[in-house]
Amino acid sequence: MDILKFLTAGSVDDGKSTLIGRLLYDSESILQDQLEALQASNRKNDDGTIDLAILTDGLKAEREQGITIDVAYKYFQTEKRKFIIADTPGHIQYTRNMVTGASNADLAIILIDARKGVIEQTIRHSYLVSLLALQHVVVAVNKMDMVDYSEEVFNNIVKDYQAMAAKLNLNEVSYIPVSALKGDNIVHESVNMIWYQGKSLLDHLETVPVAIDDSTDHARMPIQWIIRPQTEELHDYRGYAGRVASGSFKVNDAITVLPSGFSSTISKIEFFDQEPAEASAGMSVTVHLADEIDISRGDTLVNAKYLPTVSQLIEADLCWMDTKPMDASLTYLIQHNSKTTRCKISDVLHKVNINTLDKVSAESFNLNDIGRVVIKTADPLAFDLYQENKANGGAILIDSRTNLTVGALMFRANAD
Amino acid sequence: MSKNKLNYLDDLEAEAIYILREVAGQFEKPALLFSGGKDSITLVRLAEKAFRPGKFPFPLVHIDTGHNFPETISYRDEMVDRIGEKLIVGYVQDDIDAGRVIEQKGKNASRNSLQTVTLLNTIEKHKFDACIGGARRDEEKARAKERIFSVRDEFGQWDPKRQRPELWNLYNGKIHKGENVRVFPISNWTELDVWNYIRRENIALPSIYFAHQRDVITRNGQLMAAAKALNMDSEDVIERRNVRFRTVGDMTCTAAVESDAFEIDDIINEISESKISERGARMDDKVSEAAMEDRKKGGYF
Repeated sequence: MDILKFLTAGSVDDGKSTLIGRLLYDSESILQDQLEALQASNRKNDDGTIDLAILTDGLKAEREQGITIDVAYKYFQTEKRKFIIADTPGHIQYTRNMVTGASNADLAIILIDARKGVIEQTIRHSYLVSLLALQHVVVAVNKMDMVDYSEEVFNNIVKDYQAMAAKLNLNEVSYIPVSALKGDNIVHESVNMIWYQGKSLLDHLETVPVAIDDSTDHARMPIQWIIRPQTEELHDYRGYAGRVASGSFKVNDAITVLPSGFSSTISKIEFFDQEPAEASAGMSVTVHLADEIDISRGDTLVNAKYLPTVSQLIEADLCWMDTKPMDASLTYLIQHNSKTTRCKISDVLHKVNINTLDKVSAESFNLNDIGRVVIKTADPLAFDLYQENKANGGAILIDSRTNLTVGALMFRANAD
Repeated sequence: MSKNKLNYLDDLEAEAIYILREVAGQFEKPALLFSGGKDSITLVRLAEKAFRPGKFPFPLVHIDTGHNFPETISYRDEMVDRIGEKLIVGYVQDDIDAGRVIEQKGKNASRNSLQTVTLLNTIEKHKFDACIGGARRDEEKARAKERIFSVRDEFGQWDPKRQRPELWNLYNGKIHKGENVRVFPISNWTELDVWNYIRRENIALPSIYFAHQRDVITRNGQLMAAAKALNMDSEDVIERRNVRFRTVGDMTCTAAVESDAFEIDDIINEISESKISERGARMDDKVSEAAMEDRKKGGYF
């Protein structure tokens, strides 16, 4: 059994919280005391049924305002899979929250109100999903009960969405007509839409394949920590600890350490009391090398035959996440896997109007702005392009005055 | 070429080890907050997997309310002996004796809220810049929004509106002097995941997690261990029942559940079918709907 991480994009008005609540409720993932708290709460639907949206509202301020203002994580499991839901707000002023939620998701559910069809918000959400390169998209056309469960309405929305998805390079898109309020096609198949032959939402989530990039040409392991017991019997022990970000390493593989460029071979892979012959993406291991070379935290082990780009000048998409605007005269910190160095934004190429996808010229970035920049780093970074290898192609910017995370970067090209 | 993702327990384990190593790499003086509960026991096993054959790059820190179950304390001492790591204990009694906190009186008195002061004093005294804890996002609504690296100000306060965005697996541990970070490596685990992991790894637990005969009294509809710390009087009727505890907090605020789960398999079956979530057996959350959020803002674990 594996874990599927998914994001729900949409606003309160689209019935997003109700959809998640319904998913939890109908899959019997709500425990008795939570259910009692829910029933005791005075928020009810118009027809007196429980307002399932309460299940996903976390913070007091949000309960008061009735909106989701942060990323809330929810957990549930069925017999087939474990799920982690990143519930993010849909309004444009919370774009950064959605970008955050999307950065760790395998799949996005994009909610469309059947009465409204593809609107500005749909374009924005889809753009962000494409920017963050999620593997799968599910378009859930909600509130089908409000359009008499009309097949025609659904088909028109699918057609409109397909036209947009093509422009955004969204490949794996599925379409499901649902009513979160009434429960149609969420967990149980709808009796109101016999014209729909596909899977219910949960059925789809349980069965959609999630692959990891296991190829040797993307073998990357950022070094986090060096294990040196320095005891008498382990005097010469020197293990490089890290989590394989992507690809796979085997014992005897020739490796290169970047950015230094030193080479060696893997003599042993350790995992606590085991010595696996191979370490693949996602595994946290300790690697031993045949030669004594200088390695420290921030270096990256890669397969010697397939080197990533090493550069100090990188073109990247930037999502600005701070209330203070970006300042090109400032030096920021950039954190890329275990490496942190200083950097400057040396050029702003354009910003994107994320409602229309038009590129506009710009000098700076405000909260939630997204666009293309060139950054110059103090130390070289060993990176892959985000669209080719997410695990080694993203980075964050930190304002060293406030220590806040102020930007998300997706590397798009070597600008050197 | 591609293959399926790791099995979920391997995936969660690898993520937690990664987070522990980030703490080691990013901070000068981290500590692991050890309560003697199953979640912090799991953290110790994960730390062994992250750092052996080396030593842990942090001590274990236990805040002792003086009202702990004796089984928890003996478990703690045996475990520290076995793993050979350093243990620092902060005593709530010391803060009471020094007059820094005032002990509640009466039947529902608990030292649970006092331990926040002892925790903050211990952090300050040892200048810890990161405290690893076993909290999980599935425990409670307010925790669902907690970051994996959660920055606390000088007063230990958590500001839910000023949380840093946490993208990919990049954890920003940069802080100003006086601030510290609470780190939650098993954020993404559920209660059932922890139990399945404990079974898989064959990890020993304090005996109170398993069904046993115990003298209990009923307080506010919950079964509580009949102990001196509960300020019992003649109205309290002591009964002997088969019970176990689902968490090992302070005796004054940790309720027992009636149970015949003597083995870990029984417990996993019980939880799989259970209709009460884990924190439902903790009276400290019942005070109000926003109880946990308010305590977290004040520096609670």
